[in-house]
Amino acid sequence: MRKKAISRILALVVPALLSLNSPVFATTGQNEAPVAATAPVAPASVEAPVAAPAEAEAAHAEGGEEKPGDLIMHHILDNHTFAFEPFGEVHLPRIEVAGYDISITKHVVMIWLAAILLIVIASAAGASVKKMSANQAPKGVANVFESLVDFISNDVAKPNIGHGYEKFLPYLLTVFFFILVCNLLGLIPYGATATGNVNVTLTLATFTFIVTQVSAFRAHGIVGYMKHLTAGTHWALWIIMVPIEILGQFTKPFALTIRLFANMTAGHIIILSLFFISFILKSYIVAVAVSIPFAIFIYLLELFVAFLQAFVFTMLSALFIGLATAHEGGHDGHELEASGHH
Amino acid sequence: MEGLGYLGAGIGAGLAAIGAGLGIGNAAASAAEGTARQPEATSDIRTTMIIAAALIEGVALFGEVICVLLALK
Repeated sequence: MRKKAISRILALVVPALLSLNSPVFATTGQNEAPVAATAPVAPASVEAPVAAPAEAEAAHAEGGEEKPGDLIMHHILDNHTFAFEPFGEVHLPRIEVAGYDISITKHVVMIWLAAILLIVIASAAGASVKKMSANQAPKGVANVFESLVDFISNDVAKPNIGHGYEKFLPYLLTVFFFILVCNLLGLIPYGATATGNVNVTLTLATFTFIVTQVSAFRAHGIVGYMKHLTAGTHWALWIIMVPIEILGQFTKPFALTIRLFANMTAGHIIILSLFFISFILKSYIVAVAVSIPFAIFIYLLELFVAFLQAFVFTMLSALFIGLATAHEGGHDGHELEASGHH
Repeated sequence: MEGLGYLGAGIGAGLAAIGAGLGIGNAAASAAEGTARQPEATSDIRTTMIIAAALIEGVALFGEVICVLLALK
């Protein structure tokens, strides 16, 4: 029964789509001319970047089209306007201090939004946890927070850092929730992914780098730290090992930077590319059959990736801290010996 | 000849994806096998697999970023 109904609906919808499709195809032939006419404008705008916005607007008025690639890059990259498409846009101030551009851009606004959201939600959760009696289960926001905090503390920090992991918990939790909120803010309409900006991720990775190095110095002292760089090899190998180990200290935060940045950017590029397939082919069928379902699928995947990348960043930070502070041949060796005796 | 940069970027992106797919696929297959043999070690295996997958993915993403730079230059 249901199958029949679906096929009947399809039989109604598909011809309708086809009939919608044909006038679009018919008009593309006419559109061809103005597009060709506006084409010579493009090189001129490359030569004069200052006049570009005005010319782009002019092209819009003429019915000419922007290239999908440019639109995607416009969405991905940081800029000075906050566009609320049909309602207009907010121009953010440009500030320059001593030759450095420190203007408040779209991504800066998103970072602040994430910070404010986190402060509000986390303090609400904290307050409700404080009010609870000992044998009362947390409710609502506090419940969500407890599960995530518990997960980071018991499944990420404890196994990777080991003894004395409590010291690093505030940093790891902050990084986790900040990245998570930034990632999720990028998925709501009109939002922008601050973590899709390489500057933001590099800053986060630099924090991890500083925490790792400082904790390594604290755990081993300066002699122990130097010993760490030789990786316990024979002195004849030091000339190879020491540069490799020093380089290794810097590749870790670099990899963290690129991983988060590329993951968050790639998802948005894929969603937009799927949408633009229907605009490039100028077909409603493609829009309904390909663009929308696949874009929704990738969007849901991105929801998962938002959590996964926040988790991976936190996990790798914990792992690097754990590697830096581990006592070589310490309790690990004893544990092995103990298990051997059984 | 000008399009060769795009061709290189496209081929490079595909190769990076193949490499990452093979690597993560291998890791996931072994993890599934390990979990089936020793279900009590599931959480440990999962953690190890996610770390390995993240590291493999990192290398692939380096490749992809280079390809994007090549295509946008």
